[in-house]
Amino acid sequence: MSIRFGDPDRPNSYIGRTVPRPNAPRLAQGRGRYVDDLAPPRMVHVAFVRSPHAHARLGAVETAAARAVKGVLRVFTGAEIAAVCSPWVAVLAHLKGLKSPPQHALAVDRACWVGEPVAAVVAASRAAAEEGAALVDVAYEPLPAVTDMMSALDPETPVIHPDLGDNLAFRRLHHEGDVEAAFAGAHKVVAARFRTARHTGVTPEPRSILVDWNPAEGQLTAWHATQAPHMMQTVFAQHLAVPEARVRVICEDVGGSYGVKVHVYPDEMATAAIAKIMGRPVKFVADRLESFGSDIHARDHEISARLAVDADGRILAMDVDDWTAIGPYSVYPRTSAIEGNQVVNLCGGPYAFADYRAQTTVVFQNKTPTCQYRAVGHPIAVAITEGLVDMAAAELGMDPVEIRRRNFYADDAYPVTSPAKMRFEGLSHHASMDKLLTLMDLDALRADQAEARSRGVHRGLGFASFIELTNPSPFMYGIGGARISAQDGCTVRMDPDGSIVALSGVTEQGQGTEAMLSQVVAEGVGVRPEAVRVVTGDTQVTPYGGGTWASRGAGIGGEAALLSARALRGAILEVAAAMLQADAATLDIRDGVVVDAEGGAARLPLEELGRIVYFRGDTLPKGLPRELVQTRHFITSDYPFAFTNGVQASWLEVDVETGVVTLLKHWCVEDCGRVINPQLVDEQIRGGIVQGLGGALYEEIHYDADGQLLNGSMADYLVPMAAEMPDMVIGHVETPTRESMLGAKGAGEAGTAGAPAAVMNAINDALRPLGAQVTEMPFTPERILRALGALDD
Amino acid sequence: MTDMFPQQIDVALSVNGEAVEARVPAGRHLIDFLRLDLGLTGAHAGCEHGVCGACTVRVDGRSVRGCLMLAAQAHGAEVWTVEGLSETGEIADLQEAFVARNALQCGFCTPGMLVAAQELVASAPAPTREQIRERLSGNYCRCTGYEAIIDAVEAVAQARAGGAAR
Repeated sequence: MSIRFGDPDRPNSYIGRTVPRPNAPRLAQGRGRYVDDLAPPRMVHVAFVRSPHAHARLGAVETAAARAVKGVLRVFTGAEIAAVCSPWVAVLAHLKGLKSPPQHALAVDRACWVGEPVAAVVAASRAAAEEGAALVDVAYEPLPAVTDMMSALDPETPVIHPDLGDNLAFRRLHHEGDVEAAFAGAHKVVAARFRTARHTGVTPEPRSILVDWNPAEGQLTAWHATQAPHMMQTVFAQHLAVPEARVRVICEDVGGSYGVKVHVYPDEMATAAIAKIMGRPVKFVADRLESFGSDIHARDHEISARLAVDADGRILAMDVDDWTAIGPYSVYPRTSAIEGNQVVNLCGGPYAFADYRAQTTVVFQNKTPTCQYRAVGHPIAVAITEGLVDMAAAELGMDPVEIRRRNFYADDAYPVTSPAKMRFEGLSHHASMDKLLTLMDLDALRADQAEARSRGVHRGLGFASFIELTNPSPFMYGIGGARISAQDGCTVRMDPDGSIVALSGVTEQGQGTEAMLSQVVAEGVGVRPEAVRVVTGDTQVTPYGGGTWASRGAGIGGEAALLSARALRGAILEVAAAMLQADAATLDIRDGVVVDAEGGAARLPLEELGRIVYFRGDTLPKGLPRELVQTRHFITSDYPFAFTNGVQASWLEVDVETGVVTLLKHWCVEDCGRVINPQLVDEQIRGGIVQGLGGALYEEIHYDADGQLLNGSMADYLVPMAAEMPDMVIGHVETPTRESMLGAKGAGEAGTAGAPAAVMNAINDALRPLGAQVTEMPFTPERILRALGALDD
Repeated sequence: MTDMFPQQIDVALSVNGEAVEARVPAGRHLIDFLRLDLGLTGAHAGCEHGVCGACTVRVDGRSVRGCLMLAAQAHGAEVWTVEGLSETGEIADLQEAFVARNALQCGFCTPGMLVAAQELVASAPAPTREQIRERLSGNYCRCTGYEAIIDAVEAVAQARAGGAAR
C-alpha cells in the first residue's frame, strides 16, 4: 500500500509538513546532555601532551614532575598505550594504491604533526591534568618537515614514512573519451588555477568523549560526541580487544558535527585505552587550541583546470589536475583519499559532455590530517566547474544563465551516466534554474548593478549549479573493507497506552533527525507526531546502522522508519480486525484510533487495543499474532548514490578600495527529492550555505614553512558571524527517488557545496570590468586587492 | 611568591535567585564554577577565550562571557543563567520563538544566544535586523546560518513592542 503524498488532505499527512522538533525545547532551556555535562562517580580527566614539532623523533619521556602535581594520578607514554590499543591503517581496497602507515593512539617513535598526542596525563581535575601535561618533558629530536604540497613528491623532498617509499598517498586518473582532440578542435579554451584553503569544522562543542571500563562485567561504555556510534563500537572492540557485544556507545546531545565527529581520533582512542587500564570513567574534552590542531582539516587543494567549448557555448571537454595534501596519515577508517576522489567524481557534474580527464594526487605532509568534512569534495569540484563555465561565458560574451542552460542534462534525459561514470537517476537542473529565476528578479538586479557601477560601486551576481552525493550505498566504504554500515534500521513499537516508540540507527546532531523520524513514523502508523518518542544514539538499544553522514539520515534512516511503521500498522490492524471481527483491509488508523477506512468512523482507540494485548491477551484468539514491535532495515541497491542537484546565486558588493566583500543576498533552489519537513530542510540549506560562505571569504588554516600552526584560535581563524551573513531565499524542486517509498534524498550538504562557487563568480562578475579575477579561496581583502593590482609588495 | 596570594577564595553571590556560598580556586572561571560546582550545565565552555559566546550568562544585569570572568570576581554579584531565566519565564517568548522558527539546531550555542538576545530585546524596543545581527555577532552558531535566529529575535521584539503598545 503506497502513501498518496500528492494529497495534502490524506489522513495522518505528516510527511511533507513542518512539525515541531521534539528535542528543541529541551535544548532551548539549557537541559541538553552533552558529553561534558556528564560526571559519573570516580570520573577522572585526561589531558594530552602534544608535539610542538611538525616532525620529530621521540626520545625519553620524563614524567616525574608531572606525577608530583597534586591531583595527577597517572602519566602514560605511547608505548604504554600501545600495549592496550593496537594501531590502525587507514586504507580501503577500492581506492587502489592508497597507502598509509600504522597509526598509534599516542605517538610511539615519531611525532608527525604539531598537535599529535605523545603522552597523556590523568588527574582528578582537568586543570590538574593540564598542569601535569605542561611538566612532561619529552626529548624531541626535530626532523625535516614536509609542508609544501606541490613539492611533496620532488626527489629532494624528504620522505615522511621511509617504509612507504615516497610521499604519495593516492593517485587516481580518470579518462573518458579523447580530451586532447576535443581541446585541439575547440572554439575557445579557458584555463585557471584554483585553490581552496585548508579549513576545519570548528564545531561549537569541541570533540568530547567519556569512557568507562567495568572489569566486573567486561563492558566498555563510551559516551561519545559522534555521528557513527555503531562504527565506533566496532573500532573500540577491534583495537582494544573487547568483544563487540561488550562495547556500548552512547551518543546523547552533540554540539555540532559537520563531518568532524565521524572519524577515529588518536586522543579519543587513548582515552578509551586509559579507561580500560584504570577501570574507571575517563573524560576527554578538547580545548579550542587542541581542536584546531587535532580535529580533521579539509579542502586543502590546488587545481589546474581547463574547459573547452564550441562557438555556441557547448562544453566539449574538461581537464582537471587536482592536488591535495592530507597530513602524515590517512584518517581511519574512512581514509583521506575520498575528498580528492570526489573531486574527480563530481567535476562537470551538471553538464552533458563527453570528453573528461581528471586526476587527483594525494600527498603526505607534516600538518594535521585532513578527512571528510561537510560536502566532501563538492565545494572544490563546484568551484572548478562553475568558475570555468563563467570564464567561458565571459569569453563568448554569453550570459551565465544561458551557458548553463545550453549544457545541463535535459530534465527528461534521465537516467544518465556522466563522463565521470556517476549514475544519475533523476535530476532537475533546468527546473531548478527556472525556479531560481522566479525567486530573484534578475532584471532588477542587473539594473541595480549597472546603476551602482555608474556610481563607482561594484556589485556582482554569481551562479553555481551543482550536484550533491547523498544516500550512499556500500559502494562508498563497505566494498573497500570498512565496517561502516550503509544499511540502517528502525524498530517501532506500540506500548500499552497506545504511544509509539521508534528506535533508529541514524543519529541526531541538530539536523532534526528525531523530528523527521517522528513524523515519518506518525504517518506510517497513523498517530500524531507527539505520540511518537524517538530514541537514537545507543548501540545497545537501536538497530545496527551507519549513523549520520553523507546526507543519509532522511533517505536511509527515514525509509527504514517508514517501513517499520507500516509493518507495525499492519500488526495493529491484524489484532484490531480480530477484536472487531472485521477485515483488516477495511480498517485504518488515524490520530491514534482504529477507524473504518471508508467513512472514518471511530472503532477502537489504540490504548484500548494496547490494554487488551498487554493485559487481557486471554480474550484474544489463541494463536493470533500480537507482535506490536516491528523492525525493518533499508539499503539502497539500484544506484551507488542518490544524487541531488540545485543552483545557488550570490549577490554582493566588492569595495575596490579596501578589498572587503559585503554579501547582500543569497538564493538556493535545491532538489532533495521528497521534502519530509520543509522547515528543517530549509534550515539545513541555510546553515550549509553559511558554512560555504565561511570557506569562500574567511576560513583558512595557516602554517609556517616549518609546519607550525599559526592561527589555532577563534580570534585568528575567522568563522562566519551573524553581522556579515546575508538573508537567504530557499526554494525547492522535488524529484523523489524511486528507490524508496519515501522518495527522500539528502539535503545536508547542498548549501556548502555551491556557496563558495557562487560567491567566487559574483566577485568576478563585479571585478570583470576592472580586468581582475580571483580563484584562490578565501577571498580576503588582500587577495582581492592583489587581483586589482592595488598591492604589489 | 605565590604564597602571598590565597589559592582559594570565599565567594557569596546570588545565582538564579538563590544564595550561593562557596570556596573556589582563585583561577576558577565563572563558567567552570557554574558548570562544575553548581551543576548548571546550560551555558557551555566553547572556546575559553571570549570569542564564541557559548558561555554567555547575565551578571548584574549585563551579558558576560563566563570564560573571561573569574568566579572570585562574581562575589556579591547577581548571576542568571538559562536555567534561572527559564524558571522565571522571563525568556519564555524567546525560547518559544526559537523553537517555532527552528533557530537552534545542535543547541550548543542557544543558552548563550538567548541571554544575549534577551539583553538586546529588553534594551532596544524595536531593533532592526541589522542591529540584531550586530548585537548577536559575538555569539557563534555553526548550524543555522543565523537567519532563523534573527527572525526569531525580531519576531519577539515586535511582539513585545506590540504588547507594550496595547
